[in-house]
Amino acid sequence: MKRLLPRLLLAPAVLSLLLWMIVPLVMTIYFSVIRYNLMQPEVTGFAGLENFEYFLTDPSFTVAVVNTLLLLGSVILITVLMGIGIALLIDDPFPGRGAVRLLLISPFFVMPTVNALLWKHMMMNPIYGVLAQVWLFFGATPVDWLTDFPLGSVIIMVSWQWLPFAALIFMTSLQSMNREQLEAARMDGATYLQQLRYLYIPHLGRSVAVVVMIEMIFLLSVFAEIFTTTGGGPGDASTNVAFLIFKQALLNFDAGVASAGALFAVLLANIAAAFLIRMVGKNLDK
Amino acid sequence: MAYLQLQGIEKEFGNVRVIRGIDLQISQGEFVVFVGPSGCGKSTLLRLIAGLEETSGGALRLDGRDITHEPSSKRDLAMVFQSYALYPHMSVFENMSFALKLAKVDEAVIKEKVARAAQILNLTSYLERTPKELSGGQRQRVAIGRAIVRAPKVFLFDEPLSNLDAALRGQTRIEIAKLHRDLGATTIYVTHDQVEAMTLADRVVVLRDGVIEQVGTPLELYDRPANQFVAQFIGTPQMNVVPAKDMQPLVQRTALSVEPDGFIGLRPENISLCAIGQGQLNGTVELVEALGAETLIYVATESGVQLVSRQTERTELTVGMPIGVRIDVDAAHLFDSKGRITRTGKARETLVH
Amino acid sequence: MAHRSKFSPALILRTVAAWSVTLLLFFPLGWLVLTAFKTELQAISVPPLLLFTPTFDNFIEVQDRSDYLLYAKNSVITSVMSTLLGLAVAVPAAYSMAFFKSKHTKDILMWMLSTKMMPAVGALVPIYVLAQQSGLLDTQLGLVIIFTLSNLPIMVWMLYSNFKEIPHEILEAARMDGATLWQEYYRVLLPLSIGGLASTGLLCLVLSWNEAFWSLNLSSAKAGTLATLIASYSSPEGLFWAKLSAASLMAIAPIVVFGWFSQKQLVQGLTFGAVK
Repeated sequence: MKRLLPRLLLAPAVLSLLLWMIVPLVMTIYFSVIRYNLMQPEVTGFAGLENFEYFLTDPSFTVAVVNTLLLLGSVILITVLMGIGIALLIDDPFPGRGAVRLLLISPFFVMPTVNALLWKHMMMNPIYGVLAQVWLFFGATPVDWLTDFPLGSVIIMVSWQWLPFAALIFMTSLQSMNREQLEAARMDGATYLQQLRYLYIPHLGRSVAVVVMIEMIFLLSVFAEIFTTTGGGPGDASTNVAFLIFKQALLNFDAGVASAGALFAVLLANIAAAFLIRMVGKNLDK
Repeated sequence: MAYLQLQGIEKEFGNVRVIRGIDLQISQGEFVVFVGPSGCGKSTLLRLIAGLEETSGGALRLDGRDITHEPSSKRDLAMVFQSYALYPHMSVFENMSFALKLAKVDEAVIKEKVARAAQILNLTSYLERTPKELSGGQRQRVAIGRAIVRAPKVFLFDEPLSNLDAALRGQTRIEIAKLHRDLGATTIYVTHDQVEAMTLADRVVVLRDGVIEQVGTPLELYDRPANQFVAQFIGTPQMNVVPAKDMQPLVQRTALSVEPDGFIGLRPENISLCAIGQGQLNGTVELVEALGAETLIYVATESGVQLVSRQTERTELTVGMPIGVRIDVDAAHLFDSKGRITRTGKARETLVH
Repeated sequence: MAHRSKFSPALILRTVAAWSVTLLLFFPLGWLVLTAFKTELQAISVPPLLLFTPTFDNFIEVQDRSDYLLYAKNSVITSVMSTLLGLAVAVPAAYSMAFFKSKHTKDILMWMLSTKMMPAVGALVPIYVLAQQSGLLDTQLGLVIIFTLSNLPIMVWMLYSNFKEIPHEILEAARMDGATLWQEYYRVLLPLSIGGLASTGLLCLVLSWNEAFWSLNLSSAKAGTLATLIASYSSPEGLFWAKLSAASLMAIAPIVVFGWFSQKQLVQGLTFGAVK
């Protein structure tokens, strides 16, 4: 009886997550090796590796992978660098720091679709958008962001949304820095740059790793922004792997190919996840 | 018939036998102290009695009733935790009345009992505060008050003084002693501090590695230790224990009946210093600790043995000075090679007024 | 000891720099807020208008559109229900792992973490097919189930850390005081963990409300949430930025405020405790 209770308590959570994980996975594997089109359910049959071949040789695929990596890399770079900068700037108290924190983290809680439209219309519209007006103010021709720089625009939107997350993490991490260590360094005559190099950055190293891992996992699935603004275009210019799968599944209705692609995306995600899991696991042991 | 009886108590954590067969009888109203080094199992034993851990073997009887398999809530025991474990979301009054409320005692009775306990512990003006608003010493008193209100069969204390600063510790120790005198409650008190053990206990249980080394009154343990471990555990500074081999000239001269592989135990107060050549040994002063009411002098003999001497008088000795060492041979405890006592030394005299 | 004035030049510089960066980054959001109170004409004015008489017309107009209310209702219902369901499942699980630790506890926690790692798009096809076949497509129930499952790992983790922080000696003291298991939970554990429960619930609320991937793919006219509604404004049916801003503002304002209150939980929840 004593051992039954905890297991009973755990059961609903474990069982449901198990189903959530296994059922889609098994189905995806199944779909990926058969012919299955949602609009033509009569067409069935074993497809072997056909779907995979189709997905991988699709010219859009290479573009999508490149876009995904570009998106991931740029956003991570921007958020980490700027995030550290902001965290360092705000670390020491100054008037209005509380309000600044609130304002800074707000973009993260904005719905992704609102985020997308906010940028698409009010900021990036080439005639009436704020950015256009600023360009005009400085005598330059406004940029048609979504047409000329579709992936870049998405990168800007996503970075704006995730910067607060990175900054918040770094801010939290800095707060846990050992103050006495800094005082000792100061007494030893270290300049700010030296403190940065030998104390701050190493301490932040761990949270940078965490931020990079988390962002890798969540950014692989960037979807809403692309869906709402560029629709993946023009052409494939702003399609990432997630959107490509979506296109195959719900626009082309080819569930088979989409499933093949999905397995690929899962593989990518697992690689990133493996590192994060190890790091979190170490933390659990403490 | 003992009030609280432990029979063959065993406890295993995984494959490790932490408590290895404890037999103990405690009478009603006794103040028993469990003492021993870290890891000896004293806290575990207390928790077994409390019912917070299940025994792996053995039996526990309280006031005639077998409580070995009873849950903590039904044992009628109260525990004062090392960290006090007060309920942070309740006021002092609510903390102290919680158990009675659970037992559905009448409100008026609860109020009266809490008020009385609060008065004894000087907590009356703090009854409405929450633990957050109290100092460490006050929190500790609330923890004790919580136990008193219940009037349990046995009080269990788990190192209650270790989180207090030195001054408060001494003061609270006296209060606990007074409390016991006034309430006459059976108490089991766990500590690693042998001063607390010596001053509070009716009887002391010395534990090591899950086994009882010796049970006795504080002075019994001091004057008649059953083995080397107890001899060195009780008493500050530690008893000087020297291998007989290193004291051969002395052994032969005084015909001490100690085994060649045995040990000689000398309390610091049984070692006095004199002019060089005038004692049984010669040596050099290594360190002088002037404590005010007494002085401790650390000496290294010619043969390299380290000894501590205690005297009530002040001294002019300084480090490096040559000195003679006089040993009260009659007071020496003799141990065999395994540390068991073979001869108990003469105890100090009692001053009769 | 040198006397340092309270307003040293370094402090002033930092304050100015911090505020400049903040205002710059917050600007798009602030602009949204402003635009919500403009007329449509004012909203597209060139050069952009900073000073104007605010009007509440947009909010009223948006409210009058019946489908806005429908979508808002869906958002509220799906967020709240998934939070409650999530708590109902996560609390016992976290409790059992925190207080009845076994040698599998760590593995289970890590495994739960790994289920969150799977990109949503990986399950898109099967979930869509399942939803379609079980009639849960475009239903509130379907969304509630998906949201709950998506947030479950985070909730379990956060509650687990929360429960671990309660000193077990306090629960032992309750046991010594004669509390039965139920009394232990109700009188001691619950009051002590209510803060953690609330903030975990809050975080789940925020995550469900903002959830866009499944909302966009599994719901439309009947069970669509605000995320879906706003997305449908993406096609340029004429310029109506002011109304769009008003609608957006109403959709995001409560969540942003909730977010302000759940900063700490966000850090712990989304990094699975890897950053303290």
